[in-house]
Amino acid sequence: MTNPFSIWVYLSATPLLWLALTLLAWIAADAISRACGRHPLANPVLIAIAAMGAVLVATGTPYKTYFEGAQFVHFLLGPATVAIAVPLVRHLALVRANILPMLAALLAGAVTAVVSVVAVAAALGVPREILVSLAPKSVTAGIAMAISENLGGRPALTAVLVIATGVMGAVIVTPLMNALRIRDYAARGFAVGLTSHGIGTARAFAVDEIAGTFAGIAMGLNGVATALLVPLLLRWL
Amino acid sequence: MIPALALLLVCQLIGEVFTRALGLPVPGPVIGLALLAVGAILHARLTGAQTSAIEQTRLGVTAQALLGSLGLLFVPAGVGIVQQLPLIGSYALAIFAALLVSTVLTLLVTVYVFIFVKRAIARDPADERAS
Repeated sequence: MTNPFSIWVYLSATPLLWLALTLLAWIAADAISRACGRHPLANPVLIAIAAMGAVLVATGTPYKTYFEGAQFVHFLLGPATVAIAVPLVRHLALVRANILPMLAALLAGAVTAVVSVVAVAAALGVPREILVSLAPKSVTAGIAMAISENLGGRPALTAVLVIATGVMGAVIVTPLMNALRIRDYAARGFAVGLTSHGIGTARAFAVDEIAGTFAGIAMGLNGVATALLVPLLLRWL
Repeated sequence: MIPALALLLVCQLIGEVFTRALGLPVPGPVIGLALLAVGAILHARLTGAQTSAIEQTRLGVTAQALLGSLGLLFVPAGVGIVQQLPLIGSYALAIFAALLVSTVLTLLVTVYVFIFVKRAIARDPADERAS
C-alpha cells in the first residue's frame, strides 16, 4: 500500500483537489444556510470562505496552489455577469418603469459609497495608500482592482476589502430593510447590488428574483460610475 | 447547455475586445450583459415571442443555473483574505469600522433615493402614461 502522505503530496498540488474541495465547501455552506432558513448571518459565501481558509491555514497550503484549482470557479464570474441579461430581459417592463429612480439612486449611492468610506477611514488615521485601496470597495473585484492600481493603491488589498464589503452588505441588508419596513424589492435589490456588488446580488437572488435583477443592474452601473468617480473624488483628498 | 454557455462566453469576449479597443472604464462582462440583453429583446421582437418567456429557453435555464449559485463564484477570491490579513495589520479595526459605516450609509442613501424618486414620479400626473 502506498504511503498516505505521498498521496497527499500528490493531491495537494493538483487543481483537482482544490476545485473539488471548493465545491464541497460551497455545498456544505449552502446546506447550512438553507437549514438556518437563509438567515442573513448564515451567509453561505462567508461560511465557505471561512472553511476553505481554515483548511489552507491548517495544511499550510499557499493561496497560489489553491487558486490553481479554484480558478475554474473564479472564471465563471464573467459569464455569470453576462447571464444577468436574462432576468433583466424577463423583467424588462419593470426595469423600464424604474429608469429614473435607478439613475438618481446610482448617482447618490456611488458618491456615498466612496466618500463615506474614505472620510471615516481618514478620520481614524488610516494612511493614504490604504485609503486609495478602500475607495472602490463597493464595486466588483475586477473593476475595483483596476481602479486601485491606476491610482497607486494596492490591488490585492482592494480585492480583500471588496469581498469584506460584499459579505457585510449581504449580511446587513435584510434585517436593515425589514426594520425600516421597506417592501419595495426593486429598491432593496438595487441598494444591495450597488453597495455589495456580486455578493450582495447573490443574496438578493436568494431572497427575491426581482431584487436579484435590480441588484445585478446596480452592480453593473456602479462599476462604471465608480470607475469615473473615484479619480475625481480623490483629487480632493 | 453548451450553446447557451458559448453564447455567454462570446458576448463576454466581444465585450472585452470592445472595452479594450476603445479604452473604456466599463468592464467587458458588463458590455457583454448589455449586448445579450439587446440581442434577446431584438430576437423576441423579430420572432413575436414574449420577453418574459426567456427563462424557458436553453439560455434561460443555463443563466438561472449560474445565477442560482452566484455566491460560489466569489469563494476563490474571498479565500485570498487569509493571505492578505497581515497587510491590513494595525489598521484592521479602523478599516472594519469604515467599511461598516459606509456599507450601512450606502444601503440607506441608495434605497431612500430610489423610493423617493419613484414616489415623486408617481405623483406627477404628466408622467402617468409611463406607468
